[in-house]
Amino acid sequence: MAAIGGRHPLGTSAALHRRRRIDRLMRGSATAAAILAVAILGIMIGTVVVNGASELSIAFLIKDPPGGSLVGVAGGGIANAIVGSALLVVVATAIALPVGVLIAVYLTEFSTPRTARPIRMALDLLNGLPTIVTGIFVFGLLVASHGQSGIAASVALAVVILPLITRTTQEILLLVPKELRDAAHALGVSRWRTIAGVVLPGALGGILTGVVLAVARAAGETAPLLLTDSIFSARTSINVFGAAIPNIPIDIFSYSESPFPAEHAKAWGAALVLIAMILLGNLTARAMLSRQRRRLGWMPTSQR
Amino acid sequence: MDANEPEVERRDDVMASNRLQVDSSSGAPAVPLVIGAKESAPAPPTEVVFELLDLNVYYGETLAVRGVNLKIHKNVITAMIGPSGCGKSTIVRTLNRMNDSVSGFRVSGEVNYHGHSIYASGVDPVEVRRRIGMVFQRPNPFPKSIYDNIAWAPRILGLKRDLDARVEQALRGAALWDEVKDRLRSSALGLSGGQQQRLCIARAIAIEPEVLLLDEPASALDPISTASIEDLMQDLKQTYTIVIVTHNMQQAARVAERTAFFSLDDAGDGKRAGVLVEYDETATLFTRPADERTRGYVTGRFG
Ligand SMILES: Nc1ncnc2c1ncn2[C@@H]1O[C@H](COP(=O)(O)OP(=O)(O)OP(=O)(O)O)[C@@H](O)[C@H]1O
Ligand SMILES: [Mg+2]
Repeated sequence: MAAIGGRHPLGTSAALHRRRRIDRLMRGSATAAAILAVAILGIMIGTVVVNGASELSIAFLIKDPPGGSLVGVAGGGIANAIVGSALLVVVATAIALPVGVLIAVYLTEFSTPRTARPIRMALDLLNGLPTIVTGIFVFGLLVASHGQSGIAASVALAVVILPLITRTTQEILLLVPKELRDAAHALGVSRWRTIAGVVLPGALGGILTGVVLAVARAAGETAPLLLTDSIFSARTSINVFGAAIPNIPIDIFSYSESPFPAEHAKAWGAALVLIAMILLGNLTARAMLSRQRRRLGWMPTSQR
Repeated sequence: MDANEPEVERRDDVMASNRLQVDSSSGAPAVPLVIGAKESAPAPPTEVVFELLDLNVYYGETLAVRGVNLKIHKNVITAMIGPSGCGKSTIVRTLNRMNDSVSGFRVSGEVNYHGHSIYASGVDPVEVRRRIGMVFQRPNPFPKSIYDNIAWAPRILGLKRDLDARVEQALRGAALWDEVKDRLRSSALGLSGGQQQRLCIARAIAIEPEVLLLDEPASALDPISTASIEDLMQDLKQTYTIVIVTHNMQQAARVAERTAFFSLDDAGDGKRAGVLVEYDETATLFTRPADERTRGYVTGRFG
């Protein structure tokens, strides 16, 4: 080091040349990989838009499929699946949100490092679990005995998004300044009241962001639905405890399996609707999160 | 106040003061506090609110404060001064159990509040903090409206009757009412730093504590806000017992009747811990300190 440091910058050694080459190579490949990621996303969205745009119309969004089942005719829409998907996602969120927020509250407010580590690890594993495995688990739990249903699908989706909601909530709870907790404690307010009255309201925006991300994730999950809610039908169902409920991912799957070109077009159309919904959700969530970060990052002292 | 009264009231008897001078760990002899005591007839001592007996405070294995004996009197402003790290915050946070949430925090000795140990088993720390309010160095209003900042705790603590009147009274008590009465529903975060700190004081007195602990309440404020908070303390002391930690010796001299000087001291084992060096009438402590270390600290700043 010292030798190189003492040299004139123009008199570079062979070793330094080699290191510079390696440096350039590494930087080049890292950049290429990053560009590749963006390119893949771009190509994927592009393909869906190109193929699905022709199918997209108001009618496609507000009409049910024609006839009772797959008949290969053009026309109609996926309204019943949009309703079904929304319903499944809402119920899944309603299940996962309170549980996820409570876990996050436990992790940030009550746990010791010894109890937090296994919980965090379990959540990480759950997050990495192939969703088809979650599907199988719920299949054994609910479907094997009661048949496919909206609630079985929602439970499976809730399991999928639980770690996501927990993680974002936890992250935002950690951003709530300690000074606010101290202020509440110093007023003789109990810990739980402090959390409910000061910590959670302060973190509300961040929690909502987590919910939006989770909704986007749940809306696109297909694997668990194949096992818990794989129905294709023109019927609109809003009874989650009844029979299976038509939904967008299964529609895409069914249409793409069909031998009729008209239905392939519908698969692209449905895919476009789904992707648009998810992208919109993600962008909203991100905007909300950065706003929330700015708001909480601002400390309540304006003077020095 | 009676014009014949001495400028600084003597609240303590000589005996008690003597005992406070004993640095128990070093075994140094008590330094009798005769200088100030002879000048004026002692005023009747007020009730003792806090009595610390041989208080040691630990953070994990580290001894932060060693062997503190100290009495804090009712309706008196007591200042705590001393170099950074000597344990002033540690002691005030020990007085209302704010340190309970710090892992490794432990006390030995006694912290008596009206003769009852606040660290006895069966004592509810939440109840302790409800009676002993605290204001922090940095203003920390809730991200709520001005009104809700003050009304939140009373509502939870069941003091719901006449909430509007309680809020107004607290804001008047903190000399903030006139400035905010037309914007009670707007966010407290829109107030200036000085206003925020007075809001925090209003919030603390809205639940009618008996004691107010102020840990460097004016260190983040400009001189005008500082002056208004010092004035405020003179009003508040009629109702509350006030302990103020400050780095500003003029401030201690201006507001406090009694002052405790803490310092970092070596117990002989090379580990330094905060000790109470001297505790006396503020005027005496600043003009005729009994201890060399106090003299050094006090004159070092004032030249
Ligand atoms: N939460 C904590 N965990 C561990 N050690 C602590 C903690 N808080 C304070 N200490 C230690 O206790 C000692 C006293 O700290 P304290 O904050 O009470 O000093 P202070 O007199 O208030 O100083 P300052 O004037 O800078 O505010 C210091 O050595 C500090 O490092
Ligand atoms: Mg301090």
